Amino acid sequence: MSEQGLVLKVEEYRIEEEPYYEALGSEIEIFEAAYANHLPVLLKGPTGCGKTRFMEHMAWRLQRPLITVSCHDDLTASDLVGRFLVKSGETRWMDGPLARAVRCGAICYLDEIVEARKDTMVVIHPLADDRRVLPMEKTGELLQASDGFCLSVSYNPGYQSVLKDLKQSTRQRFVALEFSYPSAELERKVVCSESGIDVSMAVNLVKFAHMTRNLKGGGLDEGASTRLLVHAAKLMSSGVAPVAACHSAISQALTDDADMLSAIDELASSLF
Amino acid sequence: MSNTDFNQRKAVQRQLDEWLEVEFTFRETDELIEPLFALPVKTRRFVLNWVERIASAHTEMAYQFALKSTHALTVLDEAGVESWLLFVLEQYDRSGLQPAMAVIHDVENFQQHRFERESGSLYEKKAAILTPFVRGLSGRALKLEVSRDDSAWTDSETLYLPALVARLSDKKDNFLLHKAMAAHLWAQTRFGTFQCDWLQALSVYPDPRQALALFHALETIRLDSCISRYLPGLYREMQRLRAALDDTAATAVFARQASVLQSASAQSRDSLQLLGKLYGDCKAPVCCYQGRMEPQIVQSVMRARQQREKALIRVKLAEMAEEHARQKGREPTDSEFDIQQKADDELNDHFEFELSIQEDALTVPPDLAQMLTSVMLDFSEIPNEYLTPAGPGEYDLSAYDETAVESEDVWKGAYHEEGASLHQEWDFARQCHRKQWCVMRELEVKPLYDDFYQQTMQKHARLIKSLHRTFEMLRGEDKLLKRQTYGDEVDIDALVEAYADTHYGLEMSDRLFTHKHKVERNIAVMFMVDMSGSTKGWINDAERESLFLLAESLQILGDRYAIYGFSGVTRKRCELFRIKSFDDAYDAETRARISGIEAKDYTRMGVAIRHLSGLLNQVEARIKLLITLSDGKPEDYDGYYRGEYGIEDTRMALYEARRDGVHPYCITIDKEGQDYLPHMYGAANYTVLEDVAMLPLKVSDIYRRLTT
Ligand SMILES: Nc1ncnc2c1ncn2[C@@H]1O[C@H](COP(=O)(O)OP(=O)(O)OP(=O)(O)O)[C@@H](O)[C@H]1O
Ligand SMILES: [Mg+2]
Repeated sequence: MSEQGLVLKVEEYRIEEEPYYEALGSEIEIFEAAYANHLPVLLKGPTGCGKTRFMEHMAWRLQRPLITVSCHDDLTASDLVGRFLVKSGETRWMDGPLARAVRCGAICYLDEIVEARKDTMVVIHPLADDRRVLPMEKTGELLQASDGFCLSVSYNPGYQSVLKDLKQSTRQRFVALEFSYPSAELERKVVCSESGIDVSMAVNLVKFAHMTRNLKGGGLDEGASTRLLVHAAKLMSSGVAPVAACHSAISQALTDDADMLSAIDELASSLF
Repeated sequence: MSNTDFNQRKAVQRQLDEWLEVEFTFRETDELIEPLFALPVKTRRFVLNWVERIASAHTEMAYQFALKSTHALTVLDEAGVESWLLFVLEQYDRSGLQPAMAVIHDVENFQQHRFERESGSLYEKKAAILTPFVRGLSGRALKLEVSRDDSAWTDSETLYLPALVARLSDKKDNFLLHKAMAAHLWAQTRFGTFQCDWLQALSVYPDPRQALALFHALETIRLDSCISRYLPGLYREMQRLRAALDDTAATAVFARQASVLQSASAQSRDSLQLLGKLYGDCKAPVCCYQGRMEPQIVQSVMRARQQREKALIRVKLAEMAEEHARQKGREPTDSEFDIQQKADDELNDHFEFELSIQEDALTVPPDLAQMLTSVMLDFSEIPNEYLTPAGPGEYDLSAYDETAVESEDVWKGAYHEEGASLHQEWDFARQCHRKQWCVMRELEVKPLYDDFYQQTMQKHARLIKSLHRTFEMLRGEDKLLKRQTYGDEVDIDALVEAYADTHYGLEMSDRLFTHKHKVERNIAVMFMVDMSGSTKGWINDAERESLFLLAESLQILGDRYAIYGFSGVTRKRCELFRIKSFDDAYDAETRARISGIEAKDYTRMGVAIRHLSGLLNQVEARIKLLITLSDGKPEDYDGYYRGEYGIEDTRMALYEARRDGVHPYCITIDKEGQDYLPHMYGAANYTVLEDVAMLPLKVSDIYRRLTT
């Protein structure tokens, strides 16, 4: 029997090597304290500013396995909790990623939680308060979370539309950590460490990022994220010319509008 | 002359008489005939065709063209004449009769002009690139506008750029020059050209104009060197332009003296000091992108800005202090804020601020950061008096608040187009668009809290019930799919069969699950409601009732919808009234706005369609509908929109909307609708209701049919 139906991306692993993470503020301490107190955590912030990387880093620090689920609009409660499978004529229950994390005390990271269908919220609510239980409707079980379990979700307030807002009853269950783009100096450091390009190039890339961030709301929905800078830097370190690297890795990723693309390219060619 | 020749001439003259309205204007068309008949038949037709097209804009222009046509055809070929005339019409639309006539009379130079327009950089085309380019550079959020003359200058908030740059032969280079001008002006605001008291300093020289020219030349050297450090790529391009354009070189004395301005620490007051040494000794070199300086204007704009920003910042800080005290559970105090500004070094070409009050660090909101940046550019620091929170009632901010300039008030003052969006309009007589022709403003219907909603609900109580039932069924229900390879539940029937199959030694199917599949409707609909004067009275009542019933139905369906009313007088005053935007909820206020819909002026439909399909296209949906509720043909006060012109423009606007993925539909109560609606909307895309009273009953029904 094929598992092609399980469209969710599940990565379960224990992280052996320290994932590189540059702290922006006191988020590491706060997360540790929340973890110790069994409080769920909400990561807010624009795309590509290091939320996923932060979770990997924390999983490594806390020595827990990390299970990441990227939520999408077709994700149902059963996708998280589990479902029956039929194998050689017998029906068998299979845990979903959330149930697995609850059982084995892993950190479960639900990325872009607002994208998921409304009924998924119902299953995380009892997990996200002091009951820490996962009701498994289909098997009639109530799963008590083991000690190491931690729920964390991410949410990008920037794309907020009326349909995709977190309900108060959901958001008020979480300790919120706000992520934003790092300061110029930190961001330069991240770009250098991730790509290996030299400092002067990284300085220019960060400047370029700020130029695009100035355009937020003036034609762009979002400026270049740290992720895009790292992409461009990697291209550059493989020998792609700076202006071309910015064009492919950054401008094209930000917009399809021809005039806006030209404007961003003009900014890039001014810098390099 | 043969008889037929004579008759032909007579026929053409009759035509011309009619187009040129000689009855009223007493123009002589006699002298036009012979030259026309000296032309080959095809060319003659070409000329006559254009006389007709231009006459639809203005008869005098058409007459002048007819007089000039033979001559024009010796200077330009037919394609050339065509683009010349299109340019005439464009000038007429944009700037009026006189400038258009000037273009007609100057046909000799049009060739040169045409060449320049083709190889040059046109502001109107490049503004869409230059504006974000300038915004992206660090510093104050600058605006761009076209300069009234041909030189570039800035008042320190807006950059004025020439309409056309055509000094170089290559199109790309001309754009670069345009960009270099913008960059130079940006650099003036960014690197402190206006920081010193230059107006005062310049006035002491016997010839202040010469002093200003020298100061500008010195500043250009200083700013170029700033640009070379911050934007080396741009600097290289600017140098290349200077070489290509052979800018007058500086005298040796000037160059030697000015080289101190290239140091990273040089400031505008150093330029002033050097000016003292160089004045009278040498002439100022002029550089191709420097434009000119307007000290008086800069000074008055700066003064106003500094007052405004000081007030806005202090009020903002007062809000923040209050919020901070509230969070800490303390009484608000009037203690000062502390501000740290990270060094403006190589790494940060933008300013990063750290704000704190009573030792507590606060995040700087983006609007405050923007203002602080602007202050930094004027003073190189944040003066202390900016950091005391404003006392209660200390400022009346309404004078500064840009958003407080209500769209409606704009009409009251002198006519200008700020805050409005411009739309093109199709002129069928000319067979081309009139660019930026209609001035469209979004206003809001004033909510009217009366009992019209309750009345409607009572009046149509039975209908509403049945609507509820019908629409309930349409709602994107979960559909249970059987025999799936995966799903939420086991499909018992399939499982039993599969057991039976294995019993007989057959392979077991893997389609053993049921799966709930959500049928998404994913529809966005825009209702465009006629608010023209002719709807006054019971049509208006019927429209409002329909909207209430519709909203009830749509709430059940969960389709996203918006409602706008349209009206206007002339192209300069087209108005859309927001009743419900896509983001507004259907709440008491929205209902009060529906109640508040009232009959206004005229029905200029094309521009409303263009604007609303633009809004609709910002919504992400699989199906986008634009539904018009109307009571008649397009028409407007300025006469010519009535009849064919209006119908053709509306038709074109609908065509443009369809091209962009919007499905238009029209519901009308105009009994003559049959005559023109198929032409505008297409055969199947409209409904004519015989009876106004039917409108509320039918609208929801039509909507249901449309979307299933
Ligand atoms: N603070 C940081 N330390 C180290 N690397 C970072 C940091 N911030 C961003 N990065 C870099 O940016 C990349 C993107 O970050 P990440 O994938 O964590 O973003 P995200 O916030 O999860 O985005 P999304 O919301 O789109 O999932 C990382 O792969 C890493 O290279
Ligand atoms: Mg991520």
